[in-house]
Amino acid sequence: MTLTTSPLDAIHRERGASFTDFAGWDMPVRYTSDLAEHHAVRSSAGIFDLSHMAEIYLTGPGAAAALDYALAGTLSSIPLGRAKYSLILSEAGTVVDDVIVYRLGDDKFLVVANAGNRFPAAAAIRDRAQGFECTVEDRSEEVALIAVQGPSALAILEATTGFAAEGIAELGYYRCLPREFNGDPVLVGRTGYTGEDGFELYIDNAHAADLWRALEAAGAEFDLLACGLACRDTLRLEAGMPLYGHELTLDLKPVQVGMEKVVDMSKDNFVGRDGVMAGVPANAPRLVGLQSEGKRAGRADYPVHANGRTIGVVTSGALSPTLGFPIAFALIDPDFAEIGTELAVDVRGTEIPAVVVSLPFYSRKARS
Amino acid sequence: MSIPANLQYTSEHEWIRVEGNVAVVGITQYAADALGDIVYVDLPKAGTTIAAGAIVGEAESTKSVGELFAPVSGDIVEANQAVIDSPELVNSDPYGAGWLFSVNFSSIGAVMSADDYEAMIAE
Repeated sequence: MTLTTSPLDAIHRERGASFTDFAGWDMPVRYTSDLAEHHAVRSSAGIFDLSHMAEIYLTGPGAAAALDYALAGTLSSIPLGRAKYSLILSEAGTVVDDVIVYRLGDDKFLVVANAGNRFPAAAAIRDRAQGFECTVEDRSEEVALIAVQGPSALAILEATTGFAAEGIAELGYYRCLPREFNGDPVLVGRTGYTGEDGFELYIDNAHAADLWRALEAAGAEFDLLACGLACRDTLRLEAGMPLYGHELTLDLKPVQVGMEKVVDMSKDNFVGRDGVMAGVPANAPRLVGLQSEGKRAGRADYPVHANGRTIGVVTSGALSPTLGFPIAFALIDPDFAEIGTELAVDVRGTEIPAVVVSLPFYSRKARS
Repeated sequence: MSIPANLQYTSEHEWIRVEGNVAVVGITQYAADALGDIVYVDLPKAGTTIAAGAIVGEAESTKSVGELFAPVSGDIVEANQAVIDSPELVNSDPYGAGWLFSVNFSSIGAVMSADDYEAMIAE
């Protein structure tokens, strides 16, 4: 199978990146060191190519109502310039994808879906938008996405030559603002998937490489580091953010993963409402955070034990680079989901003690 | 990509350096780079008898786990405590301070020259 390449591919190869097949895209997994890249985002800033993400645009007077029907949340009530996290549910009330929706105008929205769910997400939105006065356009292959994440992200954007940064300092978290780079439009979202302050920049492919180079040039004095998808995964895990295919799947309902608040049951009619209403069996697995001592991390698919019996499974895990101890998400029997419950992770035959902890594992506000 | 000519290599991306009856074993820079930052190693203890080809330990990175295969048969002389304490040595100096364990060996499994190893990883 031929992999899709990012519009920034030539830059990544110049930088000597290692690549991985991510949902059919040939994307940088690391440039130098996962840990160095991870720490750069926590302490200064990192720049990521996320051009594999799916960009689906809804335009027309019925766009807001179409999204209210297509997604779990209420999008029609968010103001212009606001972003909102939401879910695409199946009829059964399980998770098809998690998305960020940006309101770009009264009649225009951008839905950003996971690369691996691009086609099911776009198909679901297109199907569900039928009968509403709007057009649905999947522009995933024309739109590049560059994220600058970390405490120095704002200063770097403000120092970037050609970038019209007016207003971005005041831009609140989960807000977006149309700006320009060398006269070409850039959508600036104060959003991210790292647990740090930062920005996500949506720009047409043709101008993405110039923007990346300008950001890197401005970032040099702030120790900006090019970051691959490996550290993005450890960053989001520390921040307690789910990853589709791990913590979110077509087998899980929002209540199982702590996302019942993302679903607006006050809406009369949206896809998945009946499925959500039906609830889950009392013993349906729940998503929890686990923390261990030492250096041995549980990883996806490792069993979780209580008193020697398997009561769940790890969905994501790593030795936390910031915290220094192993952390994991796990789907477990709800009887063992209470904070403080002592469990164990079966790390390739060795039981590593683990305790259920509250999420997120890491919060920048809590840092000294 | 560093592949020292004075070492022998296995298809499992280990290197060995033979010093009399003792073989010093590590993983190649190629393997270390592929794993990413190594954060934990599990090495066979001194005195353990190992058989060429068997899984004798693990190297874990932030992202993945690599199994260590014994390239020789024999008895473990020493596990590198410096690497147990600072696994990042495997990334920074895979052929030097990042060696993993040494073996008083009775036989050597299938190994290849640096040139052959270079050709293998180029495929």
